[in-house]
Amino acid sequence: MAILEVSNIHKSFGKTEVLKGISFSLEKGNVLSIIGSSGSGKTTLLRCINFLETADVGRITVDGDVIFDSDTQAKLSAKEKRDKQLKIGLVFQQFNLFPQYNVLDNVTLAPRLRAKELPDYKKNKKQIIAEIEEKAKALLAKMGLSDKLENYPCELSGGQQQRVSIARAMALEPKILFFDEPTSALDPELTGEILKVIRELAEEHMTMVIVTHEMSFAKDVSDHIVFMDQGVIAEEGRADEVFDNPQSERLKAFLNNINT
Amino acid sequence: MSQFFQQFPTVFAALNVGFFQTLKLFFCTLLGALPLGLIISFGSMSKFKPLSAVTRVFVWIVRGTPLMIQLLIIFFFPGLVWGNPIWGGGESGRFAAATVAFIINYACYFSEIYRGGIQSIPVGQHEASQVLGLTKSQTFFRVVLLQVIKRIVPPMSNEIITLVKDTSLARIIALQEIIWAGQSFMKGSHGIAGQIWPLFFTGVYYLLFSGILTLLFNKLEKKLSYFKV
Ligand SMILES: Nc1ncnc2c1ncn2[C@@H]1O[C@H](COP(=O)(O)OP(=O)(O)OP(=O)(O)O)[C@@H](O)[C@H]1O
Ligand SMILES: [Mg+2]
Repeated sequence: MAILEVSNIHKSFGKTEVLKGISFSLEKGNVLSIIGSSGSGKTTLLRCINFLETADVGRITVDGDVIFDSDTQAKLSAKEKRDKQLKIGLVFQQFNLFPQYNVLDNVTLAPRLRAKELPDYKKNKKQIIAEIEEKAKALLAKMGLSDKLENYPCELSGGQQQRVSIARAMALEPKILFFDEPTSALDPELTGEILKVIRELAEEHMTMVIVTHEMSFAKDVSDHIVFMDQGVIAEEGRADEVFDNPQSERLKAFLNNINT
Repeated sequence: MSQFFQQFPTVFAALNVGFFQTLKLFFCTLLGALPLGLIISFGSMSKFKPLSAVTRVFVWIVRGTPLMIQLLIIFFFPGLVWGNPIWGGGESGRFAAATVAFIINYACYFSEIYRGGIQSIPVGQHEASQVLGLTKSQTFFRVVLLQVIKRIVPPMSNEIITLVKDTSLARIIALQEIIWAGQSFMKGSHGIAGQIWPLFFTGVYYLLFSGILTLLFNKLEKKLSYFKV
């Protein structure tokens, strides 16, 4: 069974319909890349799935749990929404690290606040915090940032900041990690280090959805590609098929444009 | 010259009494206006349109008219118009009226600084907090607040140093603050008349006080310089 099922998402801003019925699904441990020209609605789709926008119509299921349903969404409490939100994680194009916290605290802040809601928090506070820190350190080690734990975001390169933000999102153990153009705010020479990290996560079978303009990377890392055009999915399929044998005229045109 | 040394202890003692009143007005104003300003800024940012409109008009009126008029109106209005001099007589009544006027006036100035600071925080900070499952209040207190404080320290320090000097306006309703004390030696207070130097001397108090505040604010700014917003 698919770990992520997105069905019939519609979203309008005022009179313009930006998403016109988006449906796709993703198997556990797979990587899906969303490609498409600027303004096709990729970011809006990611924001709807991550609750930063509320879809007008649609339904999203993660691991069998309905995390969003336009019919019942309004009835959920803030806490219920947060619990559903935490099943997935989002990495932003602009990192959005918290500037006043050092690297370690950026990663542990949300888990620490979350742990306060545990029934046994008061009793086992020390141990719980120690576990959270240990896990954060392990994640940061994986991101190659063990020597930067005490540094503040302003002391890091863009690539390092983005690696911190990936660790921060993973610290909450989301079932699916979403990326919105994770390398677009980076200098070209720093792009590689982020792509490498994502590749490693893919090898460990982290389920991921990546919006990207890096076509060769998308082809290389993804199991599945979704091509969006003007608010609809114009074509989708296995990565090699989509890139080597595009069917629709729009995808052909898009790929041609990119390659020239 | 020997007359100066004779008069100095008397003048010094009287100015200290006046300065104490100045200090009291200063700190009471801060104590009231710092939190009230935050409430007003939330009002002016409210999504409930009538509330934000009313708040903004109120702030506009208070910031657009002289504090001196506000002092006079708040002091005299209840007695002259309602026939109910709520402030009571004497120095304590004048002090209460002055404090209320200063708190309202400064809360409005502070509210605009807070509003500017809060609205200048990038929306990405709120969005990152949301996707990490932070509640609205955790987002405000754990993520946004310190960034706002860092941004507003420079304009707040300007405003607070202006307050030091503005306290002298309370003289208009005869509050016996330091200028009142300094001026009284022109008219024969404590048997000293025709002396203008005590008035000059009050300037030293203001200089020292605002100098100390400037140092403190610089220190605070330095303390917050470990991160960038
Ligand atoms: N908050 C908003 N209000 C109004 N219109 C919006 C809003 N957000 C996005 N849009 C519009 O929706 C359309 C899709 O935008 P979106 O950002 O999803 O595109 P995208 O595929 O991510 O583009 P890019 O590749 O440039 O990031 C655009 O026409 C955009 O102007
Ligand atoms: Mg986008």
